[in-house]
Amino acid sequence: MNAQNIPPTQQGQDEVILSVAHLSIDFALRTHILHAVRDVSLELRRGRTLCLVGESGSGKSVTARSLLRLVDSPGKIVGGTIMLNIDGKAIDVTALREGSRQMLALRGRRIGLIFQEPMSSLSPVHTIGSQIVEALRLHRPLTKKQARAETIELLRQVEIPDPDKMLDRYTFEFSGGMRQRAMIAMALACNPDILIADEPTTALDVTTQAEILDLIKRLQVSRGMAMLLITHDMGVVAEVADDVCVMRYGRIVERGPVDDIFHNPQHPYTKHLLASTLKLEGAVDATAKPSTVSMEVPPVLSVRNLSKGFGGRGKWFGGKAHAIRAVDDVSLDLYPGENLGIVGESGSGKTTLGRLILRTIEPSSGTITYRDREGHEVDVTALSPAQLRTYHSEVRLIFQDPFASLNPRMTVREIVGDPLIVSGRAQGRELQEKVGELLALVGIDPASMERYPHAFSGGQRQRIGIARAMALDPRVIVADEATSALDVSIRSQILDLMLDLRRRLGLSFLFISHDISVVRYFCDRVAVMHRGKVVEIGDAEQVCLHPQQRYTQTLISAVPNPDPRNKRMLHRLRF
Amino acid sequence: MSLNEALEVHPDEEETGPAISPLKGMDVTTSNAVAGQWKLIGQKLIRQRVAMAAGIIVLLLYLIGAFCEFLAPGLPETSRAQYTYAPPQPIELFVTDAEGNRQFLPHVAGYKIEVDPVALRRSFVVDDTKIVPIGLFVHGAAYKLWGVIPTDIHLIGPLKKTDPMYLLGADRLGRDLLSRLIYGTRISMSIGLVGVAISLLLGVALGALSGYYGGWVDTLVQRVIEIISAIPTIPLWLGLAAAIPLTWPPAQVYFIITLIVSLLGWTSLAREVRGRFLSLRDDDFVTAARLDGSTERRIIFRHILPSLTSHILAVVTLAVPTMIVAETSLSFLGIGLKPPVVSWGVLLQDAQNIRTVATAPWLLIWPSLAVVVAVLSFNFFGDGLRDAADPYNT
Repeated sequence: MNAQNIPPTQQGQDEVILSVAHLSIDFALRTHILHAVRDVSLELRRGRTLCLVGESGSGKSVTARSLLRLVDSPGKIVGGTIMLNIDGKAIDVTALREGSRQMLALRGRRIGLIFQEPMSSLSPVHTIGSQIVEALRLHRPLTKKQARAETIELLRQVEIPDPDKMLDRYTFEFSGGMRQRAMIAMALACNPDILIADEPTTALDVTTQAEILDLIKRLQVSRGMAMLLITHDMGVVAEVADDVCVMRYGRIVERGPVDDIFHNPQHPYTKHLLASTLKLEGAVDATAKPSTVSMEVPPVLSVRNLSKGFGGRGKWFGGKAHAIRAVDDVSLDLYPGENLGIVGESGSGKTTLGRLILRTIEPSSGTITYRDREGHEVDVTALSPAQLRTYHSEVRLIFQDPFASLNPRMTVREIVGDPLIVSGRAQGRELQEKVGELLALVGIDPASMERYPHAFSGGQRQRIGIARAMALDPRVIVADEATSALDVSIRSQILDLMLDLRRRLGLSFLFISHDISVVRYFCDRVAVMHRGKVVEIGDAEQVCLHPQQRYTQTLISAVPNPDPRNKRMLHRLRF
Repeated sequence: MSLNEALEVHPDEEETGPAISPLKGMDVTTSNAVAGQWKLIGQKLIRQRVAMAAGIIVLLLYLIGAFCEFLAPGLPETSRAQYTYAPPQPIELFVTDAEGNRQFLPHVAGYKIEVDPVALRRSFVVDDTKIVPIGLFVHGAAYKLWGVIPTDIHLIGPLKKTDPMYLLGADRLGRDLLSRLIYGTRISMSIGLVGVAISLLLGVALGALSGYYGGWVDTLVQRVIEIISAIPTIPLWLGLAAAIPLTWPPAQVYFIITLIVSLLGWTSLAREVRGRFLSLRDDDFVTAARLDGSTERRIIFRHILPSLTSHILAVVTLAVPTMIVAETSLSFLGIGLKPPVVSWGVLLQDAQNIRTVATAPWLLIWPSLAVVVAVLSFNFFGDGLRDAADPYNT
């Protein structure tokens, strides 16, 4: 960051309150020392937001936590200083003992922290109010009554409705977004000079994310705090950052004002990161998306009036009540060679829909019709277990979590070969060759088939999962959030792999995702789900760029735009 | 601003992975890419010093049990009335003769009888002037190793067969406590193992059924477990053990006691297995196997059970000491194993009254020490095993 880049109007409040110089953090592991953070220097200024952006394992969270001396064992700060400049006094945080009185006085009082996971960062056995009161009374000499009044005021500031009532509620009575608001209220309780937000919106839906980011940004500006925001999402960076540091493998590879990073990146990694993000913003070029999708031919899969209710226990005296209708009267068609996207926020029923189509969950009502290779129509809802086996060999599932979906105790050869063995299609040498072909198909070196899944990265594991899905020559693939656990650069690679497979093998994809940019990149048509219903269905470009329904418009407008010159969230619609 | 200049120090070389420095003697590149679960569990276990030490002790105890005939200086039932309550003799390696020359000759001191002039009670004292030379691999009482190989070689013993050697002292009938303790190791340690094997069979089978199928099967199994765990164990044992006819041979009693102990011990194992089954049943990789067309049997045996074996092993290891303690308590109360079978519990029976403990404290100390060491070792080892059982969750 150069002095001339800072607008003159801001120079008055431009005081550096925290400066990190040459910080290094090592983790002593069994076989090696991991240099998680290497020679990192950064400065936090009053009233400005610094975004630390990087992919998983880049050391961004460890850096942020080290400011509060919260690095977990075996991590250790091995070099550098963290200087806190408040009220004309300079404190070296690295020199303080962990757990010392001075350190405790800094935590919460001077530096507030917002965690990623609102589900686990609040105690489930205390009321929201009592947790905030505790934070207040730890640092300020307030009576219980004053603290309570202060807490109500804080909850009002974070826009929780009826704060005087909500304060006595427990964590489980709050939604994810509300919890994150309460967390923010707690972090702000003692009016800290610095706010650290560690992926504050990653666990939230896109519309909630927009509201929370908006709130954090407004509070930060109005209180004149310095903010350090940790994220992996370039869109979020563009929406809220003033300055950006790009981290990779423990180093800051590039730093600068947000506009420079997005419009004039210098480091190849920054360019790569931006390219991966922007690639997903645009649609695929014509070569990858064939126009052969024809709605003239009969659909390979059609869903009619499908419904599923949960929690509907039969009542004591007759009658059945469904507590939730997870999927409510959904009708869809999937044509051969088509990618149909299912988009929705959490709880919209999109995953349930995928599971219903695979019949790992039994539908409450409605029909699913599958047209097999010979063109016979198969009523999926009426299949016997044996027939279901044939159906499952042609309609395959790709899982979200590349870590949980591969059996860690089996080698890659066993994992990919398992469906072949079970169906009796290959054995011995033939099996070996077939598995090799499948691995080569998804870009994994067949020589590594004797390895176990733990030897592979997340992206490679997802490729292995895809190879397993391909093993039985499927016709339809249900991909349930298949890329959402992956870093952005890996994500586009996996999407390209799946597009390539579709072209070569003539597959149809039912692509379930919460990520609108991914769906727009990957799909021909999109169905938007909200509260179990399909609210809009149509051509991907049209739905993503010119949505017709109010809900879709809200959803699309809440997606962060990776361009700081065109902040989309500020003009977002509310549903 | 100097921050950007600091960046220039590192040229834009393309880094391909996180920065690591290998520790001395460790090769990062030959990582665990092709290491199966047992290798990973082994690596994790080896790092736990306490568990490893405990594991070695457990192994030693079983070796002692396996070779007890050879390791014991004598036979457990040989009684010599002239050495009742003879105290332990220390081993000495050198003798000093009349001229003051020290000479290497491993030996124990003999005994002389002293009569208390007031109470007129006879008691043994170690007499340093009498020397009983001892040696390794000596010919002693004849026995059949594992009941098959006839031999008379003992690891340690007096060179002259008839000389007294009571390294840990003698009991009421002048029997060698060390020999009895070593023979008792075989019975006590094996009863834990055999008992656990039966528990394992019951626990895994019922736990797996309960966890995998759920529904009314689950309810039934769980209620049975609850009823069994609700019964107070000691009275139940007493009742069952009292029902064993006195005329039964010791081997049969041994078998019945194991059965009794294990019939009550399988419940915790079944619960553990059920819990694991419940969580694994909905894991993604099991769903994947189901969608691959695997039969229920294949899912259970190919996917779920291999994920469970290490956990089961840990639970089993933790269950063995319960069995050992159960046998010891039963035998101590006189309703378990009975002489002539020798177990630690049977040995402790001799130390039931305070007078015996006062005159011959070794009868209490050594058998209870054996129980404590065995139980603690199993617990430490089992704890370590449990921590290492899932090498994938970090």
